Amino acid sequence: MDRAFTTGLAIFALLLIAPMALELMGAGYLSGLLIKAMLLAIAAISLNLLIAHGGMVSLGHAAFVAVGAYAAAIALESGIENILVLLAITLAVTAAVALVTGALALRTSGVYFLMITLAFGQMIFFTLSSLAAYGGDDGLTLWSLATLWGSDVVQNGSGLYFVILATMIAAWWGVHRISEARFGRVLRAARDNPQRTAIMGYNVKRYQLVAYVIAAMIAGVSGLLTMQHAEFVSPALAAWQRSGDLIVVVVLGGLSSRNGAILGAFFIVLAEEILSQFLHEWRLLYGPLLVVMVLYAKGGLSDLLSRPAKA
Amino acid sequence: MSLTLFLILVLNGIQYGILLFLIAAGLTLVFGVMGFINLAHGVQYMVGAYLVFAFYSMTGSFGLAMVLSLVTALAFGLFLEFFIFRHLYERSHLDQVLATFGIIIFLNELAKVVFGPTTLSIDPPEFLSGSVQLTEQLRYPVYRFATIIAGLVVAAALFAIVSYTRVGMLIRAGATSPEIVSALGVNIKRLFMIVFGVGAMLAGLAGVIAAPIFAIEPGMGDNILIVAFVVIITGGIGSIGGAFVAALLVGLIDTLGRSLSVELLSAVFSPSVANQIGPALASMLIYVLMAAILIFRPKGLLPARGVA
Amino acid sequence: MSTFKASISALAISAASASSAFAEDLKIGMIVTLSGPPAALGQQIVDGFQLALEQKGGTLGGQATELVIEDDELKPDVALLKATSLIEKEDVDFVVGTVFSNMLQAIFKPVVASETFLISPNAGPSTFAGKNCNPYFFATSYQNNQNAEVSGMIANEEGFTNVFAMAPNYQAGRDNMDGFKQTFNGTVTDEVFTPLGHQDFSAELARLSTSDAEAMFTFMPGGMGVRLVKQFDAAGLAGNKKFMSVFTTDETTLPGQKDAAVGFLAAGTWAPDMDTEANTAFVTAFEEKYGYIPGSYAMQAYDTAMLIDSAVAKLGGDLSDKDAVRAAIKAADFNSVRGDFAFNNNHYPIQDFHMLNVAKREDGKFHTSFVRTIVENYEDSFHDDCRM
Repeated sequence: MDRAFTTGLAIFALLLIAPMALELMGAGYLSGLLIKAMLLAIAAISLNLLIAHGGMVSLGHAAFVAVGAYAAAIALESGIENILVLLAITLAVTAAVALVTGALALRTSGVYFLMITLAFGQMIFFTLSSLAAYGGDDGLTLWSLATLWGSDVVQNGSGLYFVILATMIAAWWGVHRISEARFGRVLRAARDNPQRTAIMGYNVKRYQLVAYVIAAMIAGVSGLLTMQHAEFVSPALAAWQRSGDLIVVVVLGGLSSRNGAILGAFFIVLAEEILSQFLHEWRLLYGPLLVVMVLYAKGGLSDLLSRPAKA
Repeated sequence: MSLTLFLILVLNGIQYGILLFLIAAGLTLVFGVMGFINLAHGVQYMVGAYLVFAFYSMTGSFGLAMVLSLVTALAFGLFLEFFIFRHLYERSHLDQVLATFGIIIFLNELAKVVFGPTTLSIDPPEFLSGSVQLTEQLRYPVYRFATIIAGLVVAAALFAIVSYTRVGMLIRAGATSPEIVSALGVNIKRLFMIVFGVGAMLAGLAGVIAAPIFAIEPGMGDNILIVAFVVIITGGIGSIGGAFVAALLVGLIDTLGRSLSVELLSAVFSPSVANQIGPALASMLIYVLMAAILIFRPKGLLPARGVA
Repeated sequence: MSTFKASISALAISAASASSAFAEDLKIGMIVTLSGPPAALGQQIVDGFQLALEQKGGTLGGQATELVIEDDELKPDVALLKATSLIEKEDVDFVVGTVFSNMLQAIFKPVVASETFLISPNAGPSTFAGKNCNPYFFATSYQNNQNAEVSGMIANEEGFTNVFAMAPNYQAGRDNMDGFKQTFNGTVTDEVFTPLGHQDFSAELARLSTSDAEAMFTFMPGGMGVRLVKQFDAAGLAGNKKFMSVFTTDETTLPGQKDAAVGFLAAGTWAPDMDTEANTAFVTAFEEKYGYIPGSYAMQAYDTAMLIDSAVAKLGGDLSDKDAVRAAIKAADFNSVRGDFAFNNNHYPIQDFHMLNVAKREDGKFHTSFVRTIVENYEDSFHDDCRM
């Protein structure tokens, strides 16, 4: 068990007892904040797979969260209540969209890949805005939510917190396994030197496409759970600024660390909450913080946290 | 659709295209010459609009306000370049995206703090405030015609500079082979600074021009920035000519697309639905265009010469 | 790391103490739009409410009142977040909001589900007036369609046979469009929906200029209305097309529209120059405090504060019995600046509607002016579907 693994376990343990602890302190409101952070972390974990291992920087990843949320919302509105069925639908729809957009996007690389993922993200945003029947620009309030074979255990207030926690742990572990397996090694080889990897007989584009689709599906699940928690979906979920936020989370947390995405997500959510208590215009601090971080703290939070140990 | 409506739409489309060109020109040069992705270019546009508002309130003269705004926008651009962007040229695109994203967040918030969150407006200058009788029922504001002419003048000037002056030659060379230019002993740092400064000033100029027509509000640069990226990718990175053609194309497609799509869809759907789907589909058009270019003609419509 | 932990503890403690607050304090959460083009409307609501609060010495119904103001930024997801914060973190007794109907729709569910009373000082969508009416929701403004329905009546009275209609594409816009079509006897030559926040009306005005319409009916609140009127004027259309609107040429937009709007027709429940004692007192006090003429938004917010004051006073400050609170609010036992005011079964108002036009005052300021009453004690068209 290496250090990163134990850090991860520690975080999960903390999150496991958090709801009870917060209730005791009379700050039950804060578990909503933790949910927000975990939902962000799930999406960030998937983007981490793309950026850190695949070397594919996508400026349209938030769109998959939105696709997942809307696929689930539309299915729910059509009468499908069972969360497991909704999960299957979300996975299927996001995989399909990712397959098509990914295949096209991967014909480019570098900054062109960045731009084309942005373009697809925008197209998804505008498509969702045009769904007049589902609220369009205004978004859709969900008057009934998903259930687990009739029970409301997966809804707010009961088990949703733990369902989200479990999903985050699953995503964390899943991406870890993928990156340790041969798939991950080929992906990283392709990231560093695509020609040499191709010469060795690997179909680089196929590996990258698979990674892209997997990342999209995980992001889609984050969307499904977001819908369940907020009881509301809107095209804003797909805005390019959200994709930018995801990149910030991943890099802030530390690209090279297994826990980077989670650290980044929690830091961002908690920092925003705390800063906004003191300063209504907290973004005046957040913006420069990003710049400083890029200039001086390249390894992100996980790097900063492990520095004392190295010294 | 009546001829009047079509005429208005074409004029609006050209106007939007010219505005896009002013923003895209700086962006494509900075990207082409320095390989620097500047997401903060959009706030440069916003800064121009707020500056002209501030100076106009102070001096009461649009002309004076415009000059002061351009000078300040240039200074501001150089300031950003010297203190922040200069350190990012060697870094990965990811780092550039992040840092400039942070600057967008900061400046949008600053605008909100300094000028307030409400939308501001200023009137066009007195001598341009009339309107021209376009058809027997409709008048079209003189100011809008003026912006088209101004934009064309700037475009022509830019062409001339880039094609016929030494600095222009260095810029074109820098866009295609920066290492060689540096090896030839040219002060690359100074060249980059000039390119960046000019780009920032052009974006600021776009903001000044747009201020009397569109709303002045925090975040106004964000969405037009994305469209500017569409323009430079479509036109070809580093190519001024490409940016011009692509900008007009995008401006016309977007403007005409919005109205036409609503008209077409109204035949099938109810007006409310058509009005929701139409603009959304039309908005997608320009991204479809960019995606197509990236797949079939990645160098762009009019690539900077020298790019194989 | 330790400062981080300290901050979290501080947060937890403050949250804890907030929820066990002094029982006699009254906390009201206000969520309105304070960013972007329509910020002026949100500001009027804040100003109107705060004027009432000040006149009552910082108390409502005898209870020391804290007002927490949040900006929904005209984004549904932000509105949802802020509303949830108000009911969960701030633990407010009432939520007053919103300006726009789509914002109201975003926050409606969590607020009423938490059994917190939601009082809208402006948005009055049809969604909650009929079968989805809710015991925890009250509107002190109007039902969105009503003003437009009255406009249709005005169009009939003025003898228009062809009208060009335009509204923004969201719930209130659609409501207003439907309302106008419901009562107007002539032909609607064009039904145009523009995006919310639309800036450039040249294409739509071009269509108007070539149509047979004698008049245009429109609903374009806030900054959209300012631009529309100015561009209408610049296009030279004022001569041959009558401009009829709701919430487009009002005290929030007239400072920007100025002379271009003089003489334009409107429909509404109130005008600042209505000659009643309560109204004159309100308008004078408002102008003195804020330096601008109040519009219907400020008036409605003022009435909302007075309504809450009357209800809380009736209950002696005890808000624990939700049914009693509801009854106290529904009684509407306060002096509305508008004159007659009562709640219908669906908790939307029953009030008089008038025809207004835009006038210029001697001191150069612009305002809407009362012309004549069109209909009295007007009920909305949806209340029958409400089973309350």
